[in-house]
Amino acid sequence: MGEKNSFVKSVVKKKYEFGFTTDVHTEIIEKGLNEDVVRLISQKKGEPEWLLNFRLEAYRYWQTQQQPSWAHVTLPPIDYQAISYYADPTAKAKNSENKEIDPELMKTFDKLGIPLEERLALSGTAVDAVMDSVSVKTTFKEKLSEKGIIFCSISEAVREHPDLVRKYLGSVVPYRDNYFAALNSAVFSDGSFVYIPKNTRCPMELSTYFRINAMNTGQFERTLIVCDEGSYVSYLEGCTAPMRDENQLHAAIVEIVVMDNAEVKYSTVQNWYPGDSEGRGGVLNLVTKRGHLRGVNSKLSWTQVETGSAITWKYPSCVLSGDNSQAEFYSVAVTNNHQEADTGTKMIHIGKNTKSTIISKGISAGRSQNSYRGLVKVSKNADGARNYSSCDSLLLGSNCGAHTFPYMDIQNNTATVEHEATTSKINEDQLLYCNQRGISTEEAVGLIVNGYAKDVLNKLPMEFAVEAQKLLSVSLEGTVG
Amino acid sequence: MERSEQQYIELYNEISALIKQKSCPVMNAVRDDAFRAFSSLGFPTRKQERYRYTDVSAAFAPNYGISLSPLDITESQYIFPISSAPVDLSGYYNKAADPSDAITALNTALVHDGILVYVPRNDSPESPIQIDNRLLGNLSTMLNRRLLIILESGAQATVIINDKGWEHTPDVSFLTTQVIEVFCKENSSLDLYEVEETDQSCSRFSNVYIQAERYSSVRHNSITLTNGLTRNLCDAHLIGEFANIVLNGCVIGSDEQHTDNNTLIHHVAPDCQSEQLYKYVLDGNSVGAFAGKILVDKDAQKTSSQETNANLCSSPSARMYSQPMLEIYADDVKCNHGSTVGVMDESALFYMRQRGIPEVEARMLLKNAFMGDVIDKIPLRSLRDRLFVKIEKRFRGEAEKCDTCRLCK
Repeated sequence: MGEKNSFVKSVVKKKYEFGFTTDVHTEIIEKGLNEDVVRLISQKKGEPEWLLNFRLEAYRYWQTQQQPSWAHVTLPPIDYQAISYYADPTAKAKNSENKEIDPELMKTFDKLGIPLEERLALSGTAVDAVMDSVSVKTTFKEKLSEKGIIFCSISEAVREHPDLVRKYLGSVVPYRDNYFAALNSAVFSDGSFVYIPKNTRCPMELSTYFRINAMNTGQFERTLIVCDEGSYVSYLEGCTAPMRDENQLHAAIVEIVVMDNAEVKYSTVQNWYPGDSEGRGGVLNLVTKRGHLRGVNSKLSWTQVETGSAITWKYPSCVLSGDNSQAEFYSVAVTNNHQEADTGTKMIHIGKNTKSTIISKGISAGRSQNSYRGLVKVSKNADGARNYSSCDSLLLGSNCGAHTFPYMDIQNNTATVEHEATTSKINEDQLLYCNQRGISTEEAVGLIVNGYAKDVLNKLPMEFAVEAQKLLSVSLEGTVG
Repeated sequence: MERSEQQYIELYNEISALIKQKSCPVMNAVRDDAFRAFSSLGFPTRKQERYRYTDVSAAFAPNYGISLSPLDITESQYIFPISSAPVDLSGYYNKAADPSDAITALNTALVHDGILVYVPRNDSPESPIQIDNRLLGNLSTMLNRRLLIILESGAQATVIINDKGWEHTPDVSFLTTQVIEVFCKENSSLDLYEVEETDQSCSRFSNVYIQAERYSSVRHNSITLTNGLTRNLCDAHLIGEFANIVLNGCVIGSDEQHTDNNTLIHHVAPDCQSEQLYKYVLDGNSVGAFAGKILVDKDAQKTSSQETNANLCSSPSARMYSQPMLEIYADDVKCNHGSTVGVMDESALFYMRQRGIPEVEARMLLKNAFMGDVIDKIPLRSLRDRLFVKIEKRFRGEAEKCDTCRLCK
């Protein structure tokens, strides 16, 4: 028992490592949301008429909708009029003669481990760095364009490749999809646009780093990835935010289009500010992510490590329309303190001989609630569809909850769908074994959790896997007792 | 379109005095409250999580006559009409039922009498108690059934409920609501079987509520052989330590049949065990749904719970929904669930065909074996054997021809 108590005492209030703020001149528009704000955002970005209309239609639709309440989270009431929908930390540079990036911004991204100078960057990763509503810089753009690959912020893409954007924007997640998708479609600011031309293997990992800095703003990024026939791309996404007592809203949309024989690998390490140990503040992460496997033999793989956010509401999904297409979803979701996560995936089988795999690992500690919610739908013509789902939950402590809500809807008699889920706590034999060998309980828990999450971490690109492993141990610090 | 609940509200206003007159004080005491609850709830829509897969409003839309005829009960030492119960039921009647369920509320408002199975302390009936519900006659009727099962501490009982309905004239349809409340005291043990053999014209809404106290053991088997529209809800609450609950079910669907099983196992007390096994074989245009939730409270440590749902769709237009859920607030638990929807094992079929078994027969054998897992768990031998025969006949499409056994008489 003595051992146990000492751990309770040693509960360290580990500071959120990326909780600093950047003091940079930021142009923020008036708080509130109305048609004029939508027009203003569009005007600031110099958008064409069709995009403004798209935004306005989305805004009008959003007004008719109610905020959904079915998720197993206690979403605080969001005052959509108390948020500013556009914050531009690069405004000063734009207006002055000198087009250089503000050194403060450079420093911020350096501190986050995302150097914006190409010579310092990790070789083999191109980065699009987004702060608040604006993309600060995209590295290796020129090098990529030699191969015909387009990698830039979505605002730039609207200006330079309007046909491509117009063709695909909203084609995977229409603005009518859900409440937050409608909101995003109305006010979205920056995000990344990726286009991989036919038969091209993207030579480096593409990555976007999202940072919320300004106060009382929300981030509404939009990412669009189009992978044409026979191509391959691996895309990474990372995110952090400063520590604030108020909740910050983050409502993003990610759309992925995968053509014949193409493959996209999308990895996320989500580390938004989770709120303090009392549950104050933190990011409300309400995102819609979906991939459309349009082509035959196409492949899409989602890998996510969710450690941050006060509330996570996120279901990266796949629509498997192409025959023989394959989709994968690997997820580790860690919740601690008062965090609440309701996350999972949707696999919609439409094409023949489609295959999907879902591996979800939930870890809950403190007073958190962690839910897996997933749908596997096999439609009438999806002959030979195959799905395997496995959802495991690990409970650390007696005040948290772990839940599993899988939905299966099978309309085809040649489909094979399997789902299994387990909920348990850390095996005491394993702990004892480690203790016997001189490994402290806290370290042993770290080891066991990392082993438990290994199936998913193994799917991450190298640099991310290291970061994710570190994150896991940090997020769980002080939970043993 | 007028809401379906309106006709029931009008019906109640019209005949409540008559119902009350035919009924007894313990049932009348909760009647008006139940009616008010129903009027404000209305029929559940498919937006409600527990009613996603069945359109209740449509099933209740036709205008049925209501039956208020007295129950035909062979009174025995253990079976009584609720209206002449030997014990005070005010602590039991409508106490386990969920007041927020509209169908339970409607049943409570309209039911005029019910059956009480009461087994005193340390007693056990020698033979199983059998309740037959036969749907016959030449008028479309709505039936509201109520059953109260009370097992005092140390008591033991087996109750078999049989729904039959193919002896009626054509063009007649039946709508049944049923509420069963089960109270199992310390160390008691109950085996409850429900076998449904009705036809396309029958709709059935059954809500079973179970309260299991310390060391009690409850086994509930729900077998749907033939039916029209069936919705079975079972809420089991393990309120005493070391209680044990087993819920098993099997469904054979064909043609336009619709079967929706919805279960909730609520672990309130620590050290309890629960187990669920539901199997479906769906043919024709039939629709099957299974949604089961295991809810483990914060104090229910050392819970062990297992939930399995296995399904076989054997026609291109059959549709299966499966939704096994875990909601867990205690850390020292072992909870698993598994769900599969699949096709028949091609290699097993091939093996049998190699040995001269025709394909049709081979498929039949596999389907029988698939259902066998559920039936094998039935401890009552005579029923188990009978069900094996019935299931095989059912797969051969001969269910109605069974006329030799006691169950079918």
